[in-house]
Amino acid sequence: MSKIFLNPQLNKHGELLHLLSIEGLPKAILNHILDTASSFVSISDREVKKVPLMRGKSVFNLFFENSTRTRTTFEIAAKRLSADVINLNIQASSASKGESLLDTIDNLSAMHADMFVVRHAQSGAPYLIAKHLIETGQSHVRVVNAGDGRHAHPTQGLLDMYTIRHYKKDFTNLRVAIVGDILHSRVARSDIHALTTLGVPEVRAIGPHTLLPGGLEQMGVRTFTNMDEGLKDVDVIIMLRLQNERMSGALLPSAQEYFKSYGLTPERLALAKPDAIVMHPGPMNRGVEIDSAVADGSQAVILPQVTFGIAVRMAVMSILAGTHA
Amino acid sequence: MKHHIKNGRVIDPANGIDQVTDLFIADGVIAAIGAAPGGFVADNMIDASGLVVAPGLVDLSARLREPGYEYKATLESEMQAAVQGGVTTLVCPPDTDPVLDEPGLVEMLKHRARILDGANVHPLGALTMGLKGQALTEMAELTEAGCIGFAQAEEPILDTTVLLRAMQYAKTFGYTVWLRPQDAHIGRGGVAHSGPLASRLGLSGVPVMSETIALHTIFELMRATGARVHLCRISSSAGLALIAAAKKEGLPVTCDVGAHHLHLTDADIGFFDSNARFTPPLRGQRDREAIRASLLDGTIDAICSDHTPVDDDEKLLPFAEASPGATGLELLLSLVLKWTEDEHGGDALPRALAKVTSSAARIAGLPAGTLSVGAAADVVLFDPNARWKVERRALASQGKHTPFLGYELAGQVRATVVRGRVAFQR
Repeated sequence: MSKIFLNPQLNKHGELLHLLSIEGLPKAILNHILDTASSFVSISDREVKKVPLMRGKSVFNLFFENSTRTRTTFEIAAKRLSADVINLNIQASSASKGESLLDTIDNLSAMHADMFVVRHAQSGAPYLIAKHLIETGQSHVRVVNAGDGRHAHPTQGLLDMYTIRHYKKDFTNLRVAIVGDILHSRVARSDIHALTTLGVPEVRAIGPHTLLPGGLEQMGVRTFTNMDEGLKDVDVIIMLRLQNERMSGALLPSAQEYFKSYGLTPERLALAKPDAIVMHPGPMNRGVEIDSAVADGSQAVILPQVTFGIAVRMAVMSILAGTHA
Repeated sequence: MKHHIKNGRVIDPANGIDQVTDLFIADGVIAAIGAAPGGFVADNMIDASGLVVAPGLVDLSARLREPGYEYKATLESEMQAAVQGGVTTLVCPPDTDPVLDEPGLVEMLKHRARILDGANVHPLGALTMGLKGQALTEMAELTEAGCIGFAQAEEPILDTTVLLRAMQYAKTFGYTVWLRPQDAHIGRGGVAHSGPLASRLGLSGVPVMSETIALHTIFELMRATGARVHLCRISSSAGLALIAAAKKEGLPVTCDVGAHHLHLTDADIGFFDSNARFTPPLRGQRDREAIRASLLDGTIDAICSDHTPVDDDEKLLPFAEASPGATGLELLLSLVLKWTEDEHGGDALPRALAKVTSSAARIAGLPAGTLSVGAAADVVLFDPNARWKVERRALASQGKHTPFLGYELAGQVRATVVRGRVAFQR
């Protein structure tokens, strides 16, 4: 038997209620977020970098897993929307005292939170939170997934799409390669769903068999284990970070060998289209997945990604704040 | 107490009976089917018109959580759940706390169960001390205390030499070794079937080869030792193909499947529904079809509830942190009926009931699961068409978590008789 599952991130009118994953979101919603983001990009250049869209709203950054960078970009985005931001590093507080995830949520909602920005080491944790909020009559509270386990990092996926659209204008004639540790990467999963939804005809995943999960074909991805073949004639290269703990062991023998086979060097970059852009979600491991000459080169758009990230997060938060349950 | 169960559809797969007739019970045993024995005067008459009268179900795996996990469930709650679900005999795995590796613990459990006077409880003893896979348990002593077989529950044995020795020792005394085939390393820490869904959701996978590699090892050890093995909770099409070949070869092997795996696949995880987290994991569509086909062709001998009460605190967690398992004693009958509904065959019901009565009893080596004259009067009366809604308050079990929550299922138990006593009636 197969159950019918309602997508918990949409309300009954098909509007975005929570942002949990890019999977299952229609193209129109993705485009709406990207369009809204472009209207926010210029705000950051103004002398007064604020709009009053979320004045009086409280955004709680709930980071069950450490990430100064992502948390900071969410904080800046919320503040530019005039929201009050409360940062909670849960690792250091309640979870270590044995409080359950949902007890933490109930406590914080009792403080009249309007939005939770959640980072958690377990895939699916933001779904559990969103479902709990609905079941306990707190459906006015919004949830933004800021990265859950290996599952999704939707705002990173969206800012990557914003970046690609900014430089390439059109998605429907692109070849995009995602390189590295696809197996453990929530960024890769979100990028794949976003790229296929937006009509990119060829999405490639490049890596050794130990870092390529099964089932990528069903997600509409062509896999390559040879970096040179995989990079040939691509328009966009998305490099993934290789976690330190995975550089040597049963997945990979050493960082040096990895760089030799999958590091992005100027020579390899030359195999892509001449105007190809190079992206990276950060933080980079220079000399492991990417050569400094590429990271600092003219084709890298890694810093613009960060700038666009704030506009995209402003777009997501303002859209969610304006949707009715 | 003498009972006259009148005018029901009596189905006894063990004796090939399926007819509308009367059943007579006296002194705790089946006295007759059809005509009353001479001089029979009933103390209690039960009108079974429109009901099926069948042997009480024999469940090859129900966790009662005693000793050690009373916060999840107690013997009282789970024994009530059993009779409410028409289960009159249940086999419980040894993964309690402490583990059932000492005769005293087994005697205590049997004693507690006897006082409650509900379903017949038959523990499996631990195959190794503490389920640690190092030292053998006192299997003969444990058998004397009431164990009907020996198992490792969910703890695979790391050292294959120990498994070899355990099987040799069990063979010496003719005991059955109950094993869930799972490689000790591959798939460890996995929470969902390795496949497109797990990849998409970013859940770590348990590949099918975790099951098949273990099966290859077990079959080699069976060839070497001649030990009898019952394989628990088979999940995959590839695993079933190996078992079919082993049976054809003549190895003394039987196997069961959990009732949930008959109906659900990994797609039922949906958006991280922890109620659909099982060990072994729900697998793909093809695996489910193979399970159904293998029940029909006899590769799978029995269906069990794999009853695993889990409390809210351990279920309302991110998928990978949630405890696996679901409440099952009260759903077993309905899930078996649901399968027969899908089958449409004329003799589907008796054939399906055999998987939870006679065939299961044979595996456990128990004189249960039959309405033979002289057998213990363990009987279930159920309305195969009455539908009931699966909801928390409908369940006697302390475990309230099931992927079928909210479903309407056919098959409502009207009465359960255990050893001639009406243990449940509605």
